[in-house]
Order: sequence, then structure tokens, then C-alpha cells
Amino acid sequence: MPLTVKKQGEKLVASIRGDIDHHSALALRNAIDEAISRFRSKTLVLDFSEVTFMDSSGVGLVLGRYRNICAYGGELELRGLSLRHMKIMKLSGIEKIAKIKGGEENVKAAK
Amino acid sequence: MLKPQNEMKLILKSHSVNEGFARVAVSAFAAQIDMTLEELSDIKTAVSEAVTNSIVHGYGRKIGNIYITCGIYDNNLIRIKIRDNGCGIEDIKKAMEPMYSSLGGDRAGLGFSVMECFTDKLKVYSKPGKGTSVILEKRVSIKC
Ligand SMILES: Nc1ncnc2c1ncn2[C@@H]1O[C@H](COP(=O)(O)OP(=O)(O)O)[C@@H](O)[C@H]1O
Ligand SMILES: [Mg+2]
Repeated sequence: MPLTVKKQGEKLVASIRGDIDHHSALALRNAIDEAISRFRSKTLVLDFSEVTFMDSSGVGLVLGRYRNICAYGGELELRGLSLRHMKIMKLSGIEKIAKIKGGEENVKAAK
Repeated sequence: MLKPQNEMKLILKSHSVNEGFARVAVSAFAAQIDMTLEELSDIKTAVSEAVTNSIVHGYGRKIGNIYITCGIYDNNLIRIKIRDNGCGIEDIKKAMEPMYSSLGGDRAGLGFSVMECFTDKLKVYSKPGKGTSVILEKRVSIKC
């Protein structure tokens, strides 16, 4: 599974590797959801720094996990988005609901 | 449309595992034109969206053929057509609205927005019950 899940204090950090498309998103979704219900951390961090490709399936993956953690009042944080991936994420207005860390310059550059 | 200088055609079964192959195959062919890595990634991303739509929406649970044509034209124009014989689209205008998806689950409804964002021209032809064609055009610059 191209996913590493770790507890970092109060946070559950899920680091994704490789390509995120509709095909790979299914297994990623199941693995992240499983970790969410196991740890029930206040904050879910999704780390994209080792993502090599992402299309709009990545946005769906994020929005779906956001809905999940919202159900118990959790918060979402995104890390390591490249400028390209940020641009795709921002088409959904994700920056209004998630904290985006690292690459703040990318947040602005992607308008 | 003038004749392409070069062209490739690809027929794929609509298994989702082919999404990765389709975008890599098209970008490998397109890469014979000198372009930036960013432009190549733009092409990969747009192709991935169109192929995924044929798989997820066009054919759904069925398996059918996806026909991809990639042509290279004068002045660094790349034109990619992705066609399926799937269910077709009833209302194309509505389908192309940002965040609209006819499927629930984890579809973001941003496929057409991404295609628009990363290409210069997007055309969609569809007939309910017959299928859908998506044409993507991108003019790439010569790498400096
Ligand atoms: N090839 C296709 N065949 C049938 N319907 C399609 C096709 N491509 C797109 N659609 C329709 O257009 C809608 C929007 O597509 P898109 O922007 O990619 O969002 P998503 O795939 O997330 O639903 C889809 O939900 C679907 O109803
Ligand atoms: Mg789509």
C-alpha cells in the first residue's frame, strides 16, 4: 500500500506515495478510513509530498475524508502539495475548509 | 482540421487499471515535441480525467472500448480525442459545471474543470445511449 500512517502527538498523519487517480484512490480511501476510525484523532493530516501524479480523484479523496472526520468534529490539514496539485485542489475551494501547511507560497501562486 | 504530421491510435478496455497506462502512453507519444515537463504533466492530467470519465461514467459496470487518438499538428499543436461507446451525456452544459457529478461517493465533479484548466481547448460531443467524445487541444511551446 503506497500509504504510511503515523500518530504525531494529537495528529494522525497519512502520507501518500505515487499516483493518485480513480484506480488507486479506492485502496487509499479504504486504508485512510480504516486509520481514521482506529485512531479518531482530532486532526487528520494528509501529506502529498511524495505524490507523483494527481488528478481530480485526489480532490474527491480529500473531500470524502473531510466529510468523514467532520462527523465527529475532526479537522483536516494538507501538507506537501506541489504548485500543480494545489491548483487542482483549489478548484474545489478546499482551502476554505482545510488548513494547508508547507508551501504557503504555492497557496498564493495557485490563486 | 489539417492532416497531422504524426498520429497514434490506441484502443483500451475500460478497466480502471488502464488509466495510468493511457495517460503515460499519450504523454510518451506527445513528448516527441520538445516541451516543458509542466506541459507534459498538463497533458497527462487532462487525459487521465477524460479516460476516467469513460470508465466510470460512460461504461460504469460494463467493460467497453476506449478509443484514443493523439495527433501532432503544425506549430506544436497536440490534439487528443478520447471516445467511448458508453451511456452518453444528457445535458453537456450541466455536466461541465464545476463540482457537478452525477455520481455520489468520492467524485469531485471537477474532471471537466481540470481538462479546461490544463489545455487550450476542450470540446465535448455526446449522444445519450451512443457515447461520448472529448477533444483536447494544447499548443506547447518549444523548450528553452
Ligand atoms: N464519458 C462520459 N460518459 C457519460 N457521462 C459522462 C462522461 N464524462 C462525463 N460525464 C458526466 O459528466 C459529469 C461531470 O464529469 P466530471 O467533471 O469529470 O466529474 P466527475 O467525474 O467527478 O463526476 C459526470 O458526473 C457524468 O455525469
Ligand atoms: Mg471525472
